[in-house]
Amino acid sequence: MKNRLVIVFVLIALLAAACSGPAAPAQPAAPAQPAATQSVAAEKFRIAVVMPSAVTDMAFSQSMWSALKAVQTKMGGEAALELKYSEGMFKVPDAAAAIRDYASQGFDIVIAHGSQYGTSVQEIAPDFPDTTFAWGTDVNTFGLPNVYAYTAAAEEGGYVNGVLAALLTKSKKIGVTGPVEVGDAKTYIDGFVQGVAAVDPNINVSKTWTGSFSDVALMTEAAKTHIASGADALTGSSQSVVGSIGAAKDNGSVLWFGTQQDQASLAPNLVVASQQYDWRAMIEEMIKNHLSGKLGGDKFVLQLKNGGLQIIYNPGYSLPADVKKAGDTAIEGIKSGSITVNP
Amino acid sequence: MEEIFSTVVIVGILTSAIRLATPYLFASIGETFSQLSGVLNLGVDGIMLMGAFAAFFVVLNTDNLWLGVLAALIVGLLMGLLMSVISVTLKAEQGISGIGLYMFGLGLSSLLFKVTVGTVKTVEGFQPIKIPVLGDIPIIGEIFFNHNVMVYMAFLLVPLAWWVLEKTTWGLRIKAAGQNPAAADSLGVNVNRVRYMSVCLGAMLAGLAGASLSIALVNLFQENLTAGMGFIAVALVYFGGWKPKGILGGALLFSTVSAFQLWVQVLGVNIPSDVAVMLPYLLTIVALAFTMNRAQQPASLNVPFQRGES
Repeated sequence: MKNRLVIVFVLIALLAAACSGPAAPAQPAAPAQPAATQSVAAEKFRIAVVMPSAVTDMAFSQSMWSALKAVQTKMGGEAALELKYSEGMFKVPDAAAAIRDYASQGFDIVIAHGSQYGTSVQEIAPDFPDTTFAWGTDVNTFGLPNVYAYTAAAEEGGYVNGVLAALLTKSKKIGVTGPVEVGDAKTYIDGFVQGVAAVDPNINVSKTWTGSFSDVALMTEAAKTHIASGADALTGSSQSVVGSIGAAKDNGSVLWFGTQQDQASLAPNLVVASQQYDWRAMIEEMIKNHLSGKLGGDKFVLQLKNGGLQIIYNPGYSLPADVKKAGDTAIEGIKSGSITVNP
Repeated sequence: MEEIFSTVVIVGILTSAIRLATPYLFASIGETFSQLSGVLNLGVDGIMLMGAFAAFFVVLNTDNLWLGVLAALIVGLLMGLLMSVISVTLKAEQGISGIGLYMFGLGLSSLLFKVTVGTVKTVEGFQPIKIPVLGDIPIIGEIFFNHNVMVYMAFLLVPLAWWVLEKTTWGLRIKAAGQNPAAADSLGVNVNRVRYMSVCLGAMLAGLAGASLSIALVNLFQENLTAGMGFIAVALVYFGGWKPKGILGGALLFSTVSAFQLWVQVLGVNIPSDVAVMLPYLLTIVALAFTMNRAQQPASLNVPFQRGES
């Protein structure tokens, strides 16, 4: 019995040593960074991103990943910018472990792409003072010098989509599907409702929340419910909207308005326009700042004005010219500040 | 507010309920066979995901819906064989191996999806077929007889399963293997073979449940498409007291309340959405507490059969 205990202890000790192994060299690696920043041009820049859903979700995560890939191409491919990602990180403790791993591997920027990761970033960032952390969607940098926060003024594109939808609906009924009433899912829809009301306050906009980010079957049924109640235009936010688009497609005459990512490919005849999140400018600025020694402390807000949000009209849908004009007027109005949309 | 009791809304709720019940019926009836033979298979959700992916993948590449159904059946069978080997032959703890099977299915379906398809795509699934004559009956026709073929299959499965379990020798053998395997063995029933067949049949039906999502109801695949439906299906087996008609009742109750809460929101009834979303689960728990009859539980559920021990 005693012998066994000894063996167990030895094993635990060995394990502990093995685990602390990778962490130990990470510490010396950090002070080595200043040397690296001197030969900036030659060194490969490294960005890692941790995301809740899949990089192919046609929405939130994909918008970030395609932006990173675009920046990579612009900078000269993998030789200039190394990208790594962890997806499917719905569980915050897993995400926190991944964030810490990337930081200790010496990545220059670690992006925690989910508002649920805030507390993890707050806890980890002080341990890696030479790494830039970025997280969103939120505006809180926790007063830490190496943390950026980013968010999207989703209500702006929501407003534009709302204007378009109000002009196109014939039944004067519009359905909105969403997962949970939080974050940019909510602000997008709030903006959408304001846009509709600006055109015609008598249009009925009804909303359903399914309570789940992943239950596509229920989201599909929610969309079918809207259609059965007479809605002829639908919109919604977050990952599981693909189910709603499927329902709209089956019906064949219901219009869809997308957000987060250009969703036209899912139903080429029915998607009128999508609000695209474009994180490229933000990523480029973070890289530039990092190289010049500024590691964080700011917040970024994607807006129509700064190009972070774009309205992409689907070329496959023949939008009447006057409606498109009204959409463009709304975009210009928001850019110039003559239209204010409340989040 | 009075709108909620209009014909349009009631027809809408019931039509939705019939559709929403479909995957649960396939999966729960399959699980009933497995449990009656004495094997608790908690891996239903994982099998559904594999079936959903297989059907989706085949349809995406061949445009042949029935080939997709076949693929789901084959993948279900393979998953069922895996579960049988682990829990019947190797006699591993059933609950744990089922959870293992779930995680395996969840991981593998996501991986295969990522490698072979990559991004979200939709397929043309089974379209609703209006049944002649019956489909023309006002209200009733709209609710029951204007669905896609997988919905009809799920509902026809209920009497079929009842008939197999109650009226055939095979049904008797299944129940004997789950109630008193030693006695069944002494009467010449090959208990392990019966369990293999029941688990595999259950898994094939779980595969169909997945296919009913990916090529008939939702018409797409994404990671974790089922979002835990398989576990609700297992709960429905208990709820239904291991009887097909009980499962039908449970599945319809759950789906009707789900459909009801969607309509409540669409009509703008003034209750918080979180409460509406909770409704189906709350009601299921309450109903479960009042209707659950443990006496019907197969006596040897969760007990591997070892000849010579009893």
